[in-house]
Amino acid sequence: MTPPAPASNRDRSAEGRGTGPTPSQTVGPFYGYALPFPGGGDLAPAGAPDAITVHGRVRDGAGDAVPDALLEFWQADPAGNLAGAPGSLRRDPVTGAVMGRNGVDFTGFGRVATDADGHWALRTLPPGNGHISVCVFARGLLHHLFTRVYLAHDPFLDTLPADRGRTLLAEREREGVYRFDIHLQGEKETVFLDFG
Amino acid sequence: MSLTQADIDREIAERRAAAVPGDHPARDYAPYRSTLLRHPKQPPVAVTDPEAAELTGPVFGVTDVTALDNDLTRQHAGEPLGERITVRGRVTDRHGRPVRGQLVEIWQANASGRYPHQRDDHPAPLDPNFTGVGRCLTGDDGEYAFTTIKPGAYPWRNHVNAWRPAHIHFSLFGTAFAQRLVTQMYFPGDPLFPYDPILQSVTDDRARQRLVAAYEHGLSVPEWSLGYRWDIVLDGPAATWTEEGR
Ligand SMILES: [Fe+3]
Repeated sequence: MTPPAPASNRDRSAEGRGTGPTPSQTVGPFYGYALPFPGGGDLAPAGAPDAITVHGRVRDGAGDAVPDALLEFWQADPAGNLAGAPGSLRRDPVTGAVMGRNGVDFTGFGRVATDADGHWALRTLPPGNGHISVCVFARGLLHHLFTRVYLAHDPFLDTLPADRGRTLLAEREREGVYRFDIHLQGEKETVFLDFG
Repeated sequence: MSLTQADIDREIAERRAAAVPGDHPARDYAPYRSTLLRHPKQPPVAVTDPEAAELTGPVFGVTDVTALDNDLTRQHAGEPLGERITVRGRVTDRHGRPVRGQLVEIWQANASGRYPHQRDDHPAPLDPNFTGVGRCLTGDDGEYAFTTIKPGAYPWRNHVNAWRPAHIHFSLFGTAFAQRLVTQMYFPGDPLFPYDPILQSVTDDRARQRLVAAYEHGLSVPEWSLGYRWDIVLDGPAATWTEEGR
């Protein structure tokens, strides 16, 4: 009698899992040595005269700082192009360690972890389309959140539920410096966006 | 008042009984206590603009990674402790199209269940020959591969006797910022699955199964490593297009 052929692991598991998207899981508290990279918040090429700083805090529903959030940014260049730039990281030729950006290309992509105060800062160029897209990850957040930083009033803000549009408008603190706080929950809860 | 595993088990069962079908976990999932003050209470606002900036995304290139970035066992002078494994799979969008040339990042605990992070005070040994960070770009068919060691389970303080099943954290980019995914891969047959509120936050049985890799004997390398397959499907806007060569 021939033994039954061993069932393929892959086929057996395929029955129970369907074909939908892979679910999200929290970034957890320990991403800090893996995802942030030197210069992750410095999108503006070195010495760019029109560079701006956008900074703020991430707060929870009790108003406390979130010290273990990771923010990612994606934006157009000053001409409004959303092309990005590949291959701009500099790697140590001996150890392979990430040494930062090449200081020339504008990638449109930033990544910053909050500090112990929940604070983050981005040095970038003004986006030609008026806003910077943000993706928020954190311990305690099972699925990331999208929002946008607007540097000036925009008709999009008028389409949001009453009074909430202003949560996406950065406050101009002084020439070239903008403040943008993210409230995950509570009275000042930031508007989060769903792209379907 | 200390929260017991029995308390958490009851809450997990209640949430599963009440679950609405869905692929992703609800952000408001009380059995994972850190969600309580960190989930928005307002529903997200739908953006349907076909010109939305989030339908494009960052691009990465071959010089953003090095050839050794996907072998976590070769990043130090010596061999790490633990069971050597290879993890392979394909990244596709929800139409089954390969996600090409995009960045995949992983991080994980060592074989003893310890992260080299100052906030990890689990009294298990650090391994001087293992950091636990890897990166690669997906290939022409969306494929990725990592060589690493099997991570250990580790305790956390969600409740008394809370232990995370062994897992590898994954970060993925698609061709649109709106396809971004951070998730965790688990190992088949782990006895800790039913007790873990992070895995159980995915209340749909089939969706939760998709977080578990398959052991595939054909991927094991004789005298070298055990092979696991884990395919990843990125969610994202229906309008997302795939540009050739990206
Ligand atoms: Fe972990």
